[in-house]
Amino acid sequence: MEIFLQQLINGITLGSIYGLIAIGYTMVFGIIGMVNFAHGDVFMVSAFIALIFFLVLTTWLGIASVALALFLVLIIAMVLTGLLSWSIERIAYRPLRGSFRLAPLISAIGMSIVLSNFIQVAQGPRNKPTPPMVRDVIVLTDSNGYAVTLSYKQIIIMVTTAVLLAAFWYVVQKTPLGRAQRACEQDRKMAALLGVNVDRTISLTFVMGAALAAVAGTMYLMYYGVVNFSDGFVPGVKAFTAAVLGGIGSLPGAVLGGLLIGLIETFWSGYFSIDYKDVAAFSILAIVLIFMPQGILGRPEVEKV
Amino acid sequence: MTDTAHATSRPGPDYAKAAKDALLAGIIALGIFGPLVGLKTEQNMSNELIVRNDMASALIIVAIVMAGRFLLSAFVFPRMGARGKKPTVANAIDEGVKPDRTKLYARLGLLLLFLYPIIVVSLLGFQGSLKWVDNFGIQILIYVMLGWGLNIVVGLAGLLDLGYVAFYAVGAYSYALLAINFDLSFWVLLPVAGILAAMWGVILGFPVLRLRGDYLAIVTLAFGEIIRLVLINFRELTNGSAGISSIPKVTLFGIPFDASPDGFAKMFDLPLSSAYYKIFLYYLILLLALLTAYVTIRLRRMPIGRAWEALREDEVACRSLGINTTNTKLTAFAIGAMFAGFAGSFFAARQGFVSPESFVFMESAVIVAIVVLGGMGSMIGVAVAAAAMIGGTELLRELTFLKAVFGPEFNPDQYRMLLFGLAMVGIMIWRPRGFVSARQPTAFLFERKAVSGSLVKEGHG
Repeated sequence: MEIFLQQLINGITLGSIYGLIAIGYTMVFGIIGMVNFAHGDVFMVSAFIALIFFLVLTTWLGIASVALALFLVLIIAMVLTGLLSWSIERIAYRPLRGSFRLAPLISAIGMSIVLSNFIQVAQGPRNKPTPPMVRDVIVLTDSNGYAVTLSYKQIIIMVTTAVLLAAFWYVVQKTPLGRAQRACEQDRKMAALLGVNVDRTISLTFVMGAALAAVAGTMYLMYYGVVNFSDGFVPGVKAFTAAVLGGIGSLPGAVLGGLLIGLIETFWSGYFSIDYKDVAAFSILAIVLIFMPQGILGRPEVEKV
Repeated sequence: MTDTAHATSRPGPDYAKAAKDALLAGIIALGIFGPLVGLKTEQNMSNELIVRNDMASALIIVAIVMAGRFLLSAFVFPRMGARGKKPTVANAIDEGVKPDRTKLYARLGLLLLFLYPIIVVSLLGFQGSLKWVDNFGIQILIYVMLGWGLNIVVGLAGLLDLGYVAFYAVGAYSYALLAINFDLSFWVLLPVAGILAAMWGVILGFPVLRLRGDYLAIVTLAFGEIIRLVLINFRELTNGSAGISSIPKVTLFGIPFDASPDGFAKMFDLPLSSAYYKIFLYYLILLLALLTAYVTIRLRRMPIGRAWEALREDEVACRSLGINTTNTKLTAFAIGAMFAGFAGSFFAARQGFVSPESFVFMESAVIVAIVVLGGMGSMIGVAVAAAAMIGGTELLRELTFLKAVFGPEFNPDQYRMLLFGLAMVGIMIWRPRGFVSARQPTAFLFERKAVSGSLVKEGHG
């Protein structure tokens, strides 16, 4: 029971991070129907941006309050990652609209390689460990020497995720931008005819997805305390799995899928074997794509000739 | 009158606009490269992470971006706009009428490939030729073969396979394990490895039959990763990430390449040198690659090859015309995988060591990049792309003067994948069909059509 509770807490934390990344995949797929393969690496770059600015703020500028530093880092990472994603869309994806079907995916794979190797060259191939930023934990129950703990950083991750998702949900449902996004999702040509600036809307979708990935990146850095240039690939694939599992194109689906993937991963490592946890994640990806490509909350896709 | 009209329709470069664009690009570049390049995170003596200021390099990059953007805005884009973006039908007809020199080039290239070791040996001697035959010749040819094998799946059948390296791994591990445990020779195990890989191709191909496009690519990626992770974790069989070492070498029909009395050097009364084995391996991989090419070229002219190309163009139309898409896809997967299996067993025999490290996703990405850069479906294009990308990065390592320019820590190996990625993106933007684009259907009714296949949108196959 204690193990179950502990894994549940860990799973929800991990799932929140996956959910935040998954939204980027699901929105981009929803609006232009491409798998943004580089999104996982955008997440990794955002973790590096967070690391760099955390160090700058705490060591150079001498900000003693960790809470303030983290808040500033979060804002900076969101802005700069959004900028990065905007440039990527502008350079590597926009010219390919209307090209042959696999072109954007191949370009995105190229971009993913560029990002991870750029970070390797610019920041070095080694792991980057940071001192723990938030240490305190709350002991929930403590029986038979196995303490179930809920750490402050887990609370921060869950709360931040919940708040940002609410804000995001509001943007997509209630603002003109969200309306334009949903219009582009349904019919891009018609939306353009009705005066929606399609290019701008798509760019902003990329920026929003990247900003949420930056939140995930900052949280990831705070949670694990270490980041490496190759850290984008596996979380990226898992988040994509989450997006597909939840139903690609659906925002609540992405969050739900993220939580499910996080829980499956932690329970798998807790009860079976930690060696095969990535095998489990990749197997779920394959099984979901093959047997239920519409996901839990998605609409079935009908192919038109 | 006409002169003024002419002048207004083609104005000189708009420097003000270009400068504005360049400034914007510079601000964006500063935002991205400023922190990521200008602030380096490093560990100091007491293992604490510190930030080192390296704004100078960041500013150099920003300056390059601004200059590039200025030139693009001022000169390149207006000219491109004036010339018209898309090739017209008239151009395509011209291209169709041009005499086909491909065959001639292919023959010349083939001759060069066969003479390459002889030329290198006669220029540099046996010892000096080692590096050129091994690092360049064999290394490039392995990728040429993998590229041609994947070309069947991606280029001909239009199925983007991101897990191709898994079949390469199956071939390598089949050879390594069977050769060590059952003491079988390379020549017996080469077909066995091919068959095993083809079998895996069918096993992994079967569940993905219903998928297409992006989803197919992602599932094959997942399969590739699963196979690699199983190789790492199934320690009893594969020795985990430590890998399998001392894999037997290839023999020339029973004649080993070593110092023993039965060895190649003694038998032919030659001085001992490891160059013979390398040259032998070179010809072996050349023949294997040519086998791949030969089979592909022949299959293209058979019903199955036509079916692959039809599948690439439009799957729905394919099915409504009565083509069995299941068999078509599975044969593409199986034959592509078989050649990866051959290449894998050659790789294991050449290295004498295999570990899961050699079969990471990046390796798949490199092979896909080669096929894409070469132009999907074009054999010569793939070979040229493999030579350029693999040989180019090997050459980069040779250029010692680069160290003088960029400092002693400059390691071109690091930039290898960066260049690969940039080339992939660049090619997709400028020439989505690759260096040598060949989407001309090999089958045509009565005569070649005036409109080239490259101008027609690809179907949703």
